[in-house]
Amino acid sequence: MNFGVIVFPGSNCDHDCIHVISSVLGQKAIPVWHKETSLSGLDAIILPGGFSYGDYLRTGAIARFSPVMGAVKTFASEGGMVLGICNGFQILLEAGLLPGAMLRNKSLSFICKDVHIKVENAATPFTGLCESGQVLKIPIAHAEGNYYTDPVTLAALQANAQIIFRYCTPEGKVTPEANPNGSLDNIAGIRNAEGNVLGLMPHPERCAEEVLGNDDGRVIFLSMLDALKKAKLKAVVA
Amino acid sequence: MKAKIHITLKSGILDPQGKAIEHALGTLGFKNVGNVRMGKYLEVELQETTQDKAEAEVKAMCEKLLANTIIEEYRYELAG
Repeated sequence: MNFGVIVFPGSNCDHDCIHVISSVLGQKAIPVWHKETSLSGLDAIILPGGFSYGDYLRTGAIARFSPVMGAVKTFASEGGMVLGICNGFQILLEAGLLPGAMLRNKSLSFICKDVHIKVENAATPFTGLCESGQVLKIPIAHAEGNYYTDPVTLAALQANAQIIFRYCTPEGKVTPEANPNGSLDNIAGIRNAEGNVLGLMPHPERCAEEVLGNDDGRVIFLSMLDALKKAKLKAVVA
Repeated sequence: MKAKIHITLKSGILDPQGKAIEHALGTLGFKNVGNVRMGKYLEVELQETTQDKAEAEVKAMCEKLLANTIIEEYRYELAG
């Protein structure tokens, strides 16, 4: 499978994503410069973390207008799998591919530490190999991870099972104390209504190998690969 | 023409920076300080000389890029 990793000026987690896809998953990882307008031949797209455009104006506000984003929007509208990690999630929000917006962390600090997130929905292409309620320990590193949306949208997210990950205690309890940034409803990651686009603030690409002391993040990438393989099989059989 | 644009968080949106500044003012001895909200100020020079057209341009800039209308509101004034 071919995974495209979009590289914006200021992206800095693209290499970790490429490493996980190629060395851990054994798949093809292709860096895609933000000026590219074609994503042909790619099975999935990853928008990595970093500081695209230095977070100038608002994080992700300028990157959302990069030439490649037109192709990403088309790819997503055609059902293509899109994963946004941290800054990637912020860009997807600004681009309107996911609902809501990010505010500055409640504490005002840039928080860089391991947190625990609970898999609220294991019936997605990104969590298909997880158990519902599974707790993953994954690091965060951000100053704007305080997810916000209006009450109507929040109700819709809850009703449609679009909240995929919530910050929780190591035991899986969703509590205010477990929330590192003030994010609404402890939201750490959401998907779009159609289910093919996911954004999450934690960095699974930083914990996908045992040698790093934590490989909890690998299951997200394995789930994506599993879903892609199943889809290809369906297409071939049909 | 020059557009002077103010972008602020919508009321009701948590503004931790504003709160931090409010507390700092209190610590410095400025009593009777109420709510503090922090925003952004931009100056945009426009080639357009017609007031109506310039306003329309600035509004479009704010809606499309300068403000995230989910969480921010904007106001502007045009001069020159």
